[in-house]
Amino acid sequence: MAARLASLLALLAIWVAAAHFGDPRHLPGPAAVFTAMGKAAASGELFAAMGVTMARVAAAFVVAMALGSALGYAMGRRALFDQIADPWIVALLNLPALVIIVLLYIWVGLNEVAAVAAVALNKLPNATVTIREGARALDPALDEMARVFAFSPMKRLRHVVLPQLAPYIAAATRSGLSLVWKIVLVVELLGRPNGVGFEINEAFQLFDVSLLLAYALPFTAAMLVVEALVVQPFERHVSRWRPRPA
Amino acid sequence: MSPAGDLGPLEVRIARKSVTNAAGQPVEVLAHLAFRLAAGEVGALIGPSGCGKSTCMRIVAGLDARFEGAVARPPGPLAMVFQEPRLLPWRSVEDNIRLAAPAVDEAELASLLKPLGLAEHRAHFPGELSLGLARRVALARAFAVRPALLLLDEPFVSLDGPLARALERELVALIGRRPVITLLVTHDVGEATRLADRIFVLSPRPATVLGEIRVERPRETISPAEARSIEDQVEALRGAA
Repeated sequence: MAARLASLLALLAIWVAAAHFGDPRHLPGPAAVFTAMGKAAASGELFAAMGVTMARVAAAFVVAMALGSALGYAMGRRALFDQIADPWIVALLNLPALVIIVLLYIWVGLNEVAAVAAVALNKLPNATVTIREGARALDPALDEMARVFAFSPMKRLRHVVLPQLAPYIAAATRSGLSLVWKIVLVVELLGRPNGVGFEINEAFQLFDVSLLLAYALPFTAAMLVVEALVVQPFERHVSRWRPRPA
Repeated sequence: MSPAGDLGPLEVRIARKSVTNAAGQPVEVLAHLAFRLAAGEVGALIGPSGCGKSTCMRIVAGLDARFEGAVARPPGPLAMVFQEPRLLPWRSVEDNIRLAAPAVDEAELASLLKPLGLAEHRAHFPGELSLGLARRVALARAFAVRPALLLLDEPFVSLDGPLARALERELVALIGRRPVITLLVTHDVGEATRLADRIFVLSPRPATVLGEIRVERPRETISPAEARSIEDQVEALRGAA
């Protein structure tokens, strides 16, 4: 903990020093950034932008995880389906995020559906391949047990399948959240009239690095809080049955 | 005690069961394996290891439909004790039992757990139990279902002698309380003699029934001489094959 804190303080010190000796227009010091942050917060624009972006992150994340999990599970369980869907997933994995975004804006229009779909489509193949690994690793012995004791499909999903997939879902969530929010900002920059990405574009037009950091830093902090308050407690909850090392 | 005659029998007629080995060639595992158990009876399949006992058990359980022949199970719930306990590691002992047997009430659960020495382990996760305890949970789970057909695939293998004998006694007591058809797989003639009404002696691969030995009740009072005579019969059947 002390090492982490020292490391963070060192980063702050380097920032202060660099801002002091460099051009304040390229790198403003922490004080200038916090002033800009305070101004944006006081006007309400910071929270409005963060709220809009957060909603897009949540929508895209839920869509990508739900579809990706279902697809990954099906691919992990059925070899034929895996062979059919795998080339599509590989193609989607290697298609640049920017291409997907621009294509969707052209095909669907400059609207919310296109924005959320573009982000979800970028995250989908990652979720799929992660959950597929989990589905391949499902224990057939427990599957047989569930069949002998006539578990209903819902009971099987909840008590047999999902607990085994939980570590994979947590991994997909963790990598997914960071990926999704980075892509959401690009989507906003290219084609939405609001959100953190839009504000950062404004700051770029004005060449205002303080404003840029004033929007970027609180949003990064918010995502760290989500990770600490949602993802990590979820992981602890689903692994509570594992015997803890002495 | 109501007669168990209202339940149907277990009839197994497997004409042929082949599996594909690692080299891609078909290997015949079971051939003309047939036997029948009436309601309330305990049957034991004994045979050398690797002869296909577990394969037969999986077919009887309905887990493997790729065979030639037919299996008629008695109507009603099925329960199985696998070679390994096969408990859900992320659910407590009590939840493991209740998930398999949603209808079990508190009094019945307590009456199952107590004689098996599991009363104080209800809230534990399977990973916190010894193998012996985990096997007992698997037994309790199977009985909680109130099965019409109970399948036991070497349930006491790799347990030390006294513990295996204690669990055998528990099993006999539990079977005696209910009209259930029980099929046991074992390679231990002694275990088969102590538990079964009918012993089916299987040949090496491809397995077939070499002969059937009846064990007269009450099985708790079986004499060492009778037990030896059964062992001799088993040897004779194997020798004749």
